[in-house]
Amino acid sequence: MIQFDAVHKRFPNGTTAVHDLSLEMPEGGVTVLVGSSGCGKTTTLRMVNRMVDPTSGTIRVGGRDVLEQDAAELRRSIGYVIQQSGLFPHRTVLDNIATVPLLLGWGRRKARARAAELLETVGLTAEAGKRYPHQLSGGQQQRVGVARALAADPPVLLMDEPFGAVDPVVRSQLQDELIRLQKELSKTIVFVTHDIDEAVRLGDRIAIFRTGGHLVQCAAPAELLARPADDFVADFLGAERGLKLLSLTTLADVPRGPAPEGGTWKLVLDEARRPQAWRTEGAEIPVRPLRDTDSLLAALNESIASPTGFVARVDADGALTGVTSRAEIHEHAGEAHSSHSTAGAAI
Amino acid sequence: MTIDWSWIGDHTDDLTTLTLSHLQAALSAVFFGLLISLPLAVVAHRIRPLRGLLLGLSNVLFTIPSIAVFVLLLPVSGLTRTTTVIGLTIYTLVVLLRNTVEGLDSVPAKTKEAAKAMGTRPFRTLLTVELPLALPVIMAGVRIATVMSISLVSVATYIGDGGLGQLFTDGFQRNYPTPVIVGVALTLLLALVADALLVALQYVLTPWTHRKQRAA
Repeated sequence: MIQFDAVHKRFPNGTTAVHDLSLEMPEGGVTVLVGSSGCGKTTTLRMVNRMVDPTSGTIRVGGRDVLEQDAAELRRSIGYVIQQSGLFPHRTVLDNIATVPLLLGWGRRKARARAAELLETVGLTAEAGKRYPHQLSGGQQQRVGVARALAADPPVLLMDEPFGAVDPVVRSQLQDELIRLQKELSKTIVFVTHDIDEAVRLGDRIAIFRTGGHLVQCAAPAELLARPADDFVADFLGAERGLKLLSLTTLADVPRGPAPEGGTWKLVLDEARRPQAWRTEGAEIPVRPLRDTDSLLAALNESIASPTGFVARVDADGALTGVTSRAEIHEHAGEAHSSHSTAGAAI
Repeated sequence: MTIDWSWIGDHTDDLTTLTLSHLQAALSAVFFGLLISLPLAVVAHRIRPLRGLLLGLSNVLFTIPSIAVFVLLLPVSGLTRTTTVIGLTIYTLVVLLRNTVEGLDSVPAKTKEAAKAMGTRPFRTLLTVELPLALPVIMAGVRIATVMSISLVSVATYIGDGGLGQLFTDGFQRNYPTPVIVGVALTLLLALVADALLVALQYVLTPWTHRKQRAA
């Protein structure tokens, strides 16, 4: 666990980067710090591994005050992923990943073996290990950055806009990978971004900062979306706040019924009962079947695109399990909203 | 002006000795130049106010005529190889110091930041990150300093040293062109070979600078 207690940071030029911050980042969870530039989110992150020291207040990692520890040793015990990867251009990918194990005195052989293992963990080939960073694509470099941070298996990972410099498709892949890795590794992650969608997707808790280094609200994504503390937070979450909330709720609890037999449109199945299309006289519209793990947002989208307003539901193998009507989805969307709101109010 | 080929045949041993002596003087100068420049450049790079002072000083030293340097050194180290090497070393400082400072400046801030964030201490960062990345610029300076020193050694003939430069005085005094031509040719050859070897050395030391970008 990382604890900030009444932390204040004033830079020599007089600007206050962080103002009286008290915040707990739970162990094994992802805490996302968001806010526009100059709000102190990066300074907050950098105070965890003493890249910046606070003017006053205390920061504890795993119960120990960071200021009482040797800065270099503290940094070796905390993984750090930087924007645009910050890899060493003169070292091979393998040696880049082996950086911290070598600093910890593991010896070259053991450090390289660990690095090779991590290449696989982050989805790169052994061949990529022999290359130099500039020979990789931006997305691959970012994966190497994550592997380097994980090399000495630190309990805490700091990620400073790690996916900011890659295109949206690659960014989405990297986010999926991080979610997958985090399920396996359960690190305590502090993640800085200015992208609220990324925050909602990755965060177990989201801390929203306002210019001048003020923490405005810190809550789970669903609670934040359902009950923003003030207009600033509501504005920051954007006009599609309600839809974002639906992206956090799955279809699992929404009931299904048999496919309609009567109407003009029929659901076409293949021999394995996998939905293929909606068909009527002389027309066919493709169908995008949904699983229980898909979000209510995806269901709402599909119900609007479907000519019948029905959404085809399938099991893990893609076989039809039933359909759900647009009205049913609407009803659950409304329920999801109010349940998040009241759950929050009860606390 | 004709070359007396038989003179060359009669003097191969002398020519070999002079060439080696010439090379030794030049390389010693570059070696000591680097030994002095590296720490000074690190100081100039880290402490901004000293930067102008140190670079300015090396410029001033460079403007002193070479013969004057040797004369000024005579009371200190006499008519010796030491005087030659000290004189030449002073001239290498201007390029070596400037290039090393510029090389260190060229290391991306992001890379230094990453080294620090991984828990690398400043001295190790200097040795394993900053100097390797500064190497291409430093090596450019070493090449200039080496070629410059090879051409300057001859001036030390005035104090009885000077390697191949002795051939020039010999030829002038006897109004006999062969030693002069051979001296010039060997000096040029020495400079070219030394430069080519340094290019090769740099190629081996900086593998990351010449790997082609490959498609992902």
